[in-house]
Amino acid sequence: MAPASQRPVRVYMDANATTPLLPQVVEAMHPFWTEHFGNASSIHLDGQQGRAAVDRARQTLAAFFRCHEAEVVFNSGGTEGDNTALFGLLRSGDHFITTAIEHSAILQPAQRLAERGVETTLVAPLPSGLIDPASILAALRPNTRLISVMLANNETGVLQPVEEIGRIADDAGVFFHIDAVQGAGKVPFDVSRFGCHLLSISAHKMHGPKGVGALYVRRGTPVESLLVGGSHERRRRAGTENVPGIVGLGKAAELAMRSLADGTMDRLAALRDRLEAGVLALSGTGLNGALADGQPAPRAANTTNIWFDHLEGEALVIALDLKGIAVSGGSACHSGATEPSHVLMAMGVDKTRARASLRFSLLKTATDAEVGYVLRALPEAVERLRAISPVEAGTLG
Amino acid sequence: MNRPSTIAVAMSGGVDSSTVAALLAQSGAAVVGLTLQLWDQTRLAGKHGIPEAPKAGRCCSLDDVYDARRVAEHLGIPYYVVNQEERFEQDVVRPFVDEYLAGRTPIPCSLCNNHLKFDQLLKTARSIGAERIATGHYAINEYDPARGRWILKRPADRAKDQTYFLFGLTQDQLAHTLFPLGNLTKPEVRTAARDRGLSLAEKPDSQEICFIPGGDYKQFLSAYLEEQGRPMPDSAGELVTSSGEVLGHHDGITGFTVGQRKGLGVASPTPLYVLQIDPASHRVSVGADAELATRELRAGRLNWISIPVLTAPTRVQIKIRHRHEPAWATLEPDPASPCDSVRATFDEPQRAVTPGQSAVFYDGDEVLGGGWIR
Repeated sequence: MAPASQRPVRVYMDANATTPLLPQVVEAMHPFWTEHFGNASSIHLDGQQGRAAVDRARQTLAAFFRCHEAEVVFNSGGTEGDNTALFGLLRSGDHFITTAIEHSAILQPAQRLAERGVETTLVAPLPSGLIDPASILAALRPNTRLISVMLANNETGVLQPVEEIGRIADDAGVFFHIDAVQGAGKVPFDVSRFGCHLLSISAHKMHGPKGVGALYVRRGTPVESLLVGGSHERRRRAGTENVPGIVGLGKAAELAMRSLADGTMDRLAALRDRLEAGVLALSGTGLNGALADGQPAPRAANTTNIWFDHLEGEALVIALDLKGIAVSGGSACHSGATEPSHVLMAMGVDKTRARASLRFSLLKTATDAEVGYVLRALPEAVERLRAISPVEAGTLG
Repeated sequence: MNRPSTIAVAMSGGVDSSTVAALLAQSGAAVVGLTLQLWDQTRLAGKHGIPEAPKAGRCCSLDDVYDARRVAEHLGIPYYVVNQEERFEQDVVRPFVDEYLAGRTPIPCSLCNNHLKFDQLLKTARSIGAERIATGHYAINEYDPARGRWILKRPADRAKDQTYFLFGLTQDQLAHTLFPLGNLTKPEVRTAARDRGLSLAEKPDSQEICFIPGGDYKQFLSAYLEEQGRPMPDSAGELVTSSGEVLGHHDGITGFTVGQRKGLGVASPTPLYVLQIDPASHRVSVGADAELATRELRAGRLNWISIPVLTAPTRVQIKIRHRHEPAWATLEPDPASPCDSVRATFDEPQRAVTPGQSAVFYDGDEVLGGGWIR
């Protein structure tokens, strides 16, 4: 039975959570479900067809990362890439530097490693959400073995100065991992310019399938594999290759490179700016991730994060969903309910305001009409929530 | 648009609220399912003997959220989990702990109903465009034009009567709440659930206080106080008879409840019961069963439902515990504090009138109002 309260219109503005597969990606994957189903490690023709497809995808990913093909390791996605970097390099007695605004796929492994004797430093961001390279430099110790910093923050979209951090790592002779899951398809990659030894991406954040990703591993980086049990991926990741998934990732990467070159990001940034200006025109709102002069910090073209006074973000997310609009509050998912964002809290946003913040993250296929729809629907929802006002005026710091 | 008639159903993942959602969805109403996430069941797990893995059927366990979500999916209604953990801790858990430490026997379900289930839920519902909420409580509410008031009544299934926990509802809350199970019996509800293909039709009822898995209050108090960095106050003291004779010593008043018989730690030829707990002197008086009986009760923090306020002595039946058979009494404004307190004189002495519990006043099937026993 069709719920009466759900409109047929859906405006999806939660691209940082996941993205739909582009038709070309679905098409590229299609032959590998039933026709070319072979195991890429088999000797026969069926296997060779799988192997050839994986190799082609590897070539595309090498172009995407700007690295050598042998440096691409296919895996199950961002969480696995992050875990591999940390568990694969860090041992008891090592020191590890990361930041307080990382995804939990970095923070929770870091916590577990700390329990196993790895010293860990969590570097706090500036109020803008930027990591100051100087605070990474200041955190270095003689036994520092790895630095891990994200490329684009999932909640604010703020782009981190990875090149500078890469130089710091290089000078100190320390390994550098970039969690680039939220940067993929939004900014061009160049692992040598970034100066990283490891870099993780996930296909589903850039219109590829879920459950597949890639880890760039610079030649000679002694990262131990997380999964053991076969000689796949040059012994760096055991398990039968997910051929359809890898093909989908390859096609998604190819399309991402194309839209990074053809002006799509500029168009997307203009749409995002229009949305942002419209939302900020409402009273009692503000941008999370602004520099001292009020201008936004450098960020991915599709993301904006805005606080609303005197309401609960969770209720606004639900109210907008019932109007057909998908956005996100805090990203931390705890039994399906939202917690105040650890990213915003680390930036010094108070708890009430962190709870009253919304992330809009546009798909690269977003339209002017969608932005218009959101800007028409939002004021009524905000007004209603403020009229109920579960958050009393004056509780904000 | 159906927005004016949208109903938010409080879904706990149990059979009652799931059936409410099913009945309303079937009636054609626009229904939104909401689950209040109130307490993290893993928070104190494994500490001070609290079970590592909470049993199924606990409110707010991941299993219950899963069940509620599956029901919403089955019915094709939008469904959301709303986090109210902070408010629950502030309005229910902390007062519960403080009451216990003060030697009273608190009743968290009424606090939760007053502060969370109705107040917050209604606010959340309104903020997402729903005008009314519906819950799986067994109770009846209806508007009486003659009195110009919303009335709360005992349900068809007397064994499941939950009006005792609902005495704190305001007129506004009653006017915007639906209790679709009020005229059904539990077996009828299970049948309705089965008929609508709800796989949890046979799920057992939850009985314990939701945030105390295993039901051991002392374990919970120790674990919670330790987590909060608060010391367990030393409330050891004397065990005395009602005439003041010292029988022995106890480790702390938090171990006792009025009417308790077991675990007193003194030998006696006749059974002894806790009569009174004095939080100031830490003295616990014990005595024979007969001494537990009292004729009088005082209650404060009142809420009136079918009357605006009590002005004159009134004949009522009073329930002093959830499982108590309502007893006849005369209720009057407390001469000592007539505005915010009442005094009741029972026709027959009542056993174990326990400070911290609620007293709910009934006029036949109607809930006149209620308050907290002083």
